[in-house]
Amino acid sequence: MTLLSKFDDVHNRLNSLTGAGGRNPFDVVIESINSSTTGIIEGRETLLFGTNNYLGLSQLPAAIEAAREAANSFGVGTTGSRIANGTQSLHRQLERRIADHFGQRDCMVFSTGYQANLGMISTLAGKDDFLFLDGDSHASIYDAAKLGTAQVIRFRHNDPENLHRRLSRIQGEPGGRLVVVEGIYSMTGNVAPIKEFADVARECNAMLLVDEAHSFGVLGETGRGAAEAAGVLDQVDFIVGTFSKSFGTVGGYCVSNHPQLDYVRLQCRPYMFTASLPPEVIAATMATLQEIIDRPELRTQLMDNAARFHAGLNRIGLSTGPQVSPVIAAVLDEVPQAVALWNRLLDLGVYVNLSLPPATPDDRPLLRCSVMASHTAEQIDRAVDIFAEAARDCGLSLTPKD
Amino acid sequence: MLTADEISAVIVGKLLSNPKVPRDISGSSRIVEDLAFDSLAVMNFVMEIEDELDISIPLDRLADIRTIDDLATTIVALRTDS
Ligand SMILES: Cc1ncc(COP(=O)(O)O)c(C=O)c1O
Repeated sequence: MTLLSKFDDVHNRLNSLTGAGGRNPFDVVIESINSSTTGIIEGRETLLFGTNNYLGLSQLPAAIEAAREAANSFGVGTTGSRIANGTQSLHRQLERRIADHFGQRDCMVFSTGYQANLGMISTLAGKDDFLFLDGDSHASIYDAAKLGTAQVIRFRHNDPENLHRRLSRIQGEPGGRLVVVEGIYSMTGNVAPIKEFADVARECNAMLLVDEAHSFGVLGETGRGAAEAAGVLDQVDFIVGTFSKSFGTVGGYCVSNHPQLDYVRLQCRPYMFTASLPPEVIAATMATLQEIIDRPELRTQLMDNAARFHAGLNRIGLSTGPQVSPVIAAVLDEVPQAVALWNRLLDLGVYVNLSLPPATPDDRPLLRCSVMASHTAEQIDRAVDIFAEAARDCGLSLTPKD
Repeated sequence: MLTADEISAVIVGKLLSNPKVPRDISGSSRIVEDLAFDSLAVMNFVMEIEDELDISIPLDRLADIRTIDDLATTIVALRTDS
């Protein structure tokens, strides 16, 4: 056993994916971007159905212009951490705007959403505390649990009753309790029952952190996410999110009414020991936030598109989760089947994400699709037709439901 | 209160209800190597046992557990603590 022999297993698994002439699914290159919905892959125009760019804002002209102006006035990098030389007026402005949008006291902006989860969760739940995680949590939440020192207890996915039982088991033990759930789960598109989780948290004296990475700009009357949609925004202690989905840029944040957030800034290592976001990203993010606020119709369009795509996949006989959300995963039985279908889709000009166990729940491979507000009805129908054709080409027997 | 041996037997019984698990397992079977469980499968299987025995096993405790008997011993220790 040498230092490097642990990579033999990855090597073998990758070979088994590419052995039959398939592509390396982790090395797809988008050669150029035509619009938020189409790009060039392997020289072909390809429909993008796996970018998380839910509102299509990565291409927003006002954001591109704002980035250009910010780079002109501030340069292209901050070369420092938020607690040293890396806070410019733009960072503060963005924090204020996000906090105001949520109606919360304050906001911390991080360099990525991964770091926002890593930092907030590991800093809030300390040595004598208990951290309760949904079983299907994102890697950034599991990694936060590893970085932190709290006792970590997993509860059944989207099951407030199971959380209640687990919180009750430690009744009377000293230490704080932090419960972490996601608004929309990134792999399956499942929406969390936030009201029920908030009720359990309150009853058991636990604080609640909701990661709205995939639900911000998507759910809720003003797009503030699953907690707003459930009517319990005021009962969530910490909301974490990312700029890398609906905002169309990069970065992460946490908003809260707890005044102690000021001190989290001075304790939170993934916030303190890394450089802050560059000015052009901050400026672009302010522009896309404004677009999200000004154009609620983007959300209606997104949900209509999601419903159309979800119904389309079900019609041709693919199984998906029951809930309509902009993350729609076609669930397959066997890995080779999923790999073949994913390759054929790309041959035919549709890009989706291939997600393999153990990164997926229930040990099943997924073709994870994400829908955008900017997809046209024709693009959605065409993608569904290509799914049917690719499934036929791969010898999958689907039973269409007409 | 159940002894470690009795808890081991409960765990083996639970595992055997999964048709994918080899039939010849015992308390000394290693969870990752002998049952071919990946990290997620281990966590999901532990969750089943937790709900069966009404106990929570913090994730950091899993690092020290190799065999089914180790798991049973940890559960007895957690019950004695609380
Ligand atoms: C649920 C969830 N949380 C956090 C993140 C991390 O976001 P970021 O891409 O900003 O690091 C992601 C995305 O990868 C996610 O799916």
